Amino acid sequence: MSFITGVGLTSFGKHEASSSLDLMSQAAQLAISDAGLKRGEIDGVLCGYSTVSPHIMLATVFAEHFGIKPAYAHAVQVGGATGLAMTMLAHHLVEAGIVKHVLVVGGENRLTGQSRDASILALAQVGHPDYEVPLGPTIPAYYGLVASRYMHEYGVTQEDLAEFAVLMRAHALTHPGAQFHDAISVADVMASKPVAMPLKLLDCCPVSDGGAAFVISRERTGPAGVRVRGCAQAHTHQHITAAPALSELGAEMAIAKAKQAAGVAISDVRYAAVYDSFTITLAMLLEDLGLAGRGEAAARVRSGHFGRDGAMPLNTHGGLLSYGHCGVGGAMAHLVETHLQMTGRAGNRQVRDASIALLHGDGGVLSSHVSMFLEQVR
Amino acid sequence: MSEKPTDWTTGAEAIVYQGCAACGALQYFHRSFCVACGAKDPVEKRASGTGTVYATSLVCRAATPETRAHVPYNIVLVDASEGFRLMAHGDNDLSIGDKVTARFVPFAGRLVPYFERQE
Repeated sequence: MSFITGVGLTSFGKHEASSSLDLMSQAAQLAISDAGLKRGEIDGVLCGYSTVSPHIMLATVFAEHFGIKPAYAHAVQVGGATGLAMTMLAHHLVEAGIVKHVLVVGGENRLTGQSRDASILALAQVGHPDYEVPLGPTIPAYYGLVASRYMHEYGVTQEDLAEFAVLMRAHALTHPGAQFHDAISVADVMASKPVAMPLKLLDCCPVSDGGAAFVISRERTGPAGVRVRGCAQAHTHQHITAAPALSELGAEMAIAKAKQAAGVAISDVRYAAVYDSFTITLAMLLEDLGLAGRGEAAARVRSGHFGRDGAMPLNTHGGLLSYGHCGVGGAMAHLVETHLQMTGRAGNRQVRDASIALLHGDGGVLSSHVSMFLEQVR
Repeated sequence: MSEKPTDWTTGAEAIVYQGCAACGALQYFHRSFCVACGAKDPVEKRASGTGTVYATSLVCRAATPETRAHVPYNIVLVDASEGFRLMAHGDNDLSIGDKVTARFVPFAGRLVPYFERQE
C-alpha cells in the first residue's frame, strides 16, 4: 500500500525572481507540512527536470538546496508524464520497503526564466534531430498533426475542441491560483490567433512559472486517506513520425493495464484528472481512456458531464490549459487538485464524490503514458 | 555501418529509407540495424517521392528568426508509396488523403522535402 499523505501547489503564472529550485522548494515545503511531517523524515526524493536550469543531478541539487539528505534520490524525465511516472515509482518504492516517505517535486520558472521562443525551441527538441527538427515544427505543430488526423477519422471539429478550452477556463475561474481569470467562449477560441492549425492560441496551454509536490508514504500520517490503487505505463514511440495508428496509441494500453492492476472499471471512477496540453490532447485522451465514446467527448462537455456538478468532474482546477503549465509541475497540479477533492478540501470547487479518481499523463507526442487510480480510504 | 545517408538530411535532393534483407521490414529513420528483427545493415533505398497525405498542420507561429521568415508553412506527414511515413513540408492547402509528389525547397538554411498535389 502507498498513500499520498501530503500535497503542495504554488499559484501558476509569473513568479518574478523565483528560480526553479525556489519554486520546487515552496511546493515541497507545502507538501511536507500538509503531510504533517518534518523535512528530516523525508527519506526519498524524486524530482523532474527544468528546461530553464538543466542539470545532470537535479535531485541532489534540489535536496542540498532544500536542506535534506535523502537515502534515495534521482530525477525522472518522461515529459508531461513525469509527475505521474514519479508517483508510480514512489508507490513501488514505498511498497517495496525501500523508503518510508518519498517527496515527489517539480517546479520551473519557465515563463520568466527564459523567453517564450526559448521555451518553444527547447520543447520542440522532443522531435527527431535529423528527420523532424530541421523542418521547423513546434510542439503545437506535432499536436496539430495529431489533431488533423483525429478530426479526419472521427469527425471532430474545431468548435468541438474549443469546448475543452472553455471548460478548463470556467474551472480556472474558481481557483485563485490559476494563471487565467477571464472567461472565454467558443467564439473566443475560434477567433484566437492561429498557432499550428487546427490549433489556435486558446487551444494551447500557456507557459507558466510554478511548482507542485506530493509526499508518498507507506502509512497514513494523518486523517487524509488517499491511496494509490493501481497504475501502469505504456510507451509506443518517441517521435510523431514513428507513432502508431490512432487506435494503437499508448493511452489505451496504459489504462487497460492500470484497470487490471487496480481492479476497477471506468464505471467506478468518480473524478478524472487528464493531461490537457492542448484541447486535442484532452479530447483524445478522454476517448482513449473510455471516459467518452469516440468523437463524443465534446458533446459530453456541452452537456455538463465534466463540470464540477457533472457525473465526471474533470480537472476542476483548470488544467494545463487554464491553471497553467510550468513543465513537470504542470500536470502534478492535476494530482494536487484530485487530492484536495478526495479529502474534501477543494472549497468552492468541491465535487460531491471523488471516492475513486482516474489520473492520466502523456509525455512527448502521445509517446509516454501513465494511468493511475487513486482511492479514498476512510 | 551507420554512416549518414545521402539524402535531404545531409543536403541531397533525395528521400532515402532502409529495407531489411532478412525480414523485409522498412524504416525511415536511418540506423545500422533493422528495428523489427535486429539484423545488421539494412539496405538503403531511394524513395520515389510519391505518397499520400496522412496529417497536416499549418505552422503560423515559429520559434526562431530563420523559421519565422517562412510562416505560414505546412508541416505534413506523408505515407510514402513504398510504405514508410515521413515528415515534410507541403502546399498550404493540402488535405488528408491527397496524392502528392515531392520536390525539394530551401528552408531555414536547409533543403527540405516539399510535397505538392499530383496533377
